[in-house]
Amino acid sequence: MAELTPATTEPSLDAATLAKDFPLLAREVHGRRITYLDSAASSQRPTAVLDAMREYDETTHANVHRGVYSIAEEATRRFEAARANVGRFIGAPHPAREIVFTKNATEALNLVAHAWGRTHLQRGDVVVLTEMEHHANIVPWHMLAAERGIELRWLPIDDDGRLVLDDLDRVLDGAKVLGITCMSNVLGTLNPVAELSAAAHAAGAVVVADACQSVPHLPTDVTALGVDLLAFSAHKMLGPTGIGVLWGRESLLESLPPFLGGGEMILDVRKDGFTPNDIPWRFEAGTPPITEAIGLGAAVDYLDAVGMEAVRAHEIALTGYALGALGDRFGDDIRIFGPPEAEARGGVISFAFRDIHPHDISQILDEYGVCVRAGHHCAKPLMRRLGVNATARASLALYNDEHDVDSLVEALDAAGRFFA
Amino acid sequence: MPGLEDLYREIILDHYRSPRNRGELESPPAVRVEGFNPLCGDEIVVTLDVEDGVLADIKIAGTGCSISQSSASLMSAAVKGKPLDQVRGLIATFKGMMSIHESTLPSNGAGGEPVEAPEPEAIDVDALGELAALQGVVKFPVRIKCATLSWNTLTQGLDEVGVPA
Ligand SMILES: Cc1ncc(COP(=O)(O)O)c(C=O)c1O
Repeated sequence: MAELTPATTEPSLDAATLAKDFPLLAREVHGRRITYLDSAASSQRPTAVLDAMREYDETTHANVHRGVYSIAEEATRRFEAARANVGRFIGAPHPAREIVFTKNATEALNLVAHAWGRTHLQRGDVVVLTEMEHHANIVPWHMLAAERGIELRWLPIDDDGRLVLDDLDRVLDGAKVLGITCMSNVLGTLNPVAELSAAAHAAGAVVVADACQSVPHLPTDVTALGVDLLAFSAHKMLGPTGIGVLWGRESLLESLPPFLGGGEMILDVRKDGFTPNDIPWRFEAGTPPITEAIGLGAAVDYLDAVGMEAVRAHEIALTGYALGALGDRFGDDIRIFGPPEAEARGGVISFAFRDIHPHDISQILDEYGVCVRAGHHCAKPLMRRLGVNATARASLALYNDEHDVDSLVEALDAAGRFFA
Repeated sequence: MPGLEDLYREIILDHYRSPRNRGELESPPAVRVEGFNPLCGDEIVVTLDVEDGVLADIKIAGTGCSISQSSASLMSAAVKGKPLDQVRGLIATFKGMMSIHESTLPSNGAGGEPVEAPEPEAIDVDALGELAALQGVVKFPVRIKCATLSWNTLTQGLDEVGVPA
């Protein structure tokens, strides 16, 4: 029987067309078109997101969950629909129950350290973190270590910014937690999360993933990743500031005590105590970021319409172009951190350029309308490992194209001449 | 919009390229103080010798951007060999020049309480000599912390020696 092979269409997108959806990208700085290369810190928002938030505010806003009147009911329905939408976007098996809204990813990770950590960790217990974690997945554990006497152990990286897994079994031996970033916000490294989750589970550890940099740029399926808890922020995925997400496996969330106390998170309050609410509301004390949840829902719809496969394909191609262009133009004058192959990384490109301080690079680039970040990127243990105080970092998103990379290269050339 | 030439004056670039008084004095007897700028990860080490009411010697080590490095270099040249009351006075004048925006920025963690700044009109920029080249930094508020890092670190050192403020 003849087999029909379906025509394979490569997923693709046109960045220049998408950029028109982002009002800020039409702005000029110092008389030049802006070249926004700092999406790893915070992304810009498309009109669809801005409009959705405004439309909600103008037509529907009321506090959620307690109101009986029409708009309060509508607001609740839209808020909960946004939650389910976010859950579906990352492949949550129970989208309506497994998504907890927080202030940002940092709060989500603190929630984990606080609620899970304080329930399960005792003196001498081991928490394993990678050397490339963001402070948000380090400091909450340090705070717990100071309070509980737990031990932090570190998974090292090699000179290409990849995790060294040779000694994995020994590092994970006796571990209760593995905290791991899916994609480094400095190196761009994509970590083998599924493989590490399997190893961690075999060792009896719970896996806490920081997906701040991966959810905006790659298709995400929490089941395939095999993690237990996963945190990310809306403002890095075309959504607004003020809202973050913690996904947790249903059974695990159900076993957790509340985090903050107050309204929304209770079923009953008496003079002699309280009964916590069901998940996910148990972890959402007080009025949640409602307008922001609507905005995040719209951001998810926008990303869906573009297609995450297409986003990833675009960013691999553009990252490859950028690595090539920077290397060709500057040769040994530039040191790019992280894996050399575009397929092994996201579009986060940290670099050292000659001996010019990242602050000075960023200042000169700004004169050319090019926005890059300079600093330690909230990853000081990683900076120490790399032997630098700071790096300059250009980060790409779906609205960037080769023209943006060319602008970066030209501006860097100018910085080199300025400090020659 | 201020231009880059306001920030990167020739004197600043000169001190950045060839910093004065680089290194560390042997400590002890020298006092050694470290300052950090958490914003950019800059670290500065100031070592100083105080003898008979005079800042007899000072050296600067550490890494940082052109603004923090040149400010430290200019500072070392300006205070070396000066009586301590003059050093304190110079710090106050310099911080006064920088204070226009600094109070609105988060603390830089460099230690030492911010120096009580004189009224802007009381600042004698001429008295600052070459240091006046750093005046343009106030137009770039995020860089003010770079310029004041070494000065806050020096202040901390003087406090440790017990030099009256
Ligand atoms: C990898 C990573 N984790 C955590 C965070 C913290 O995100 P937020 O500041 O939104 O909580 C960031 C962003 O800065 C990040 O890049």
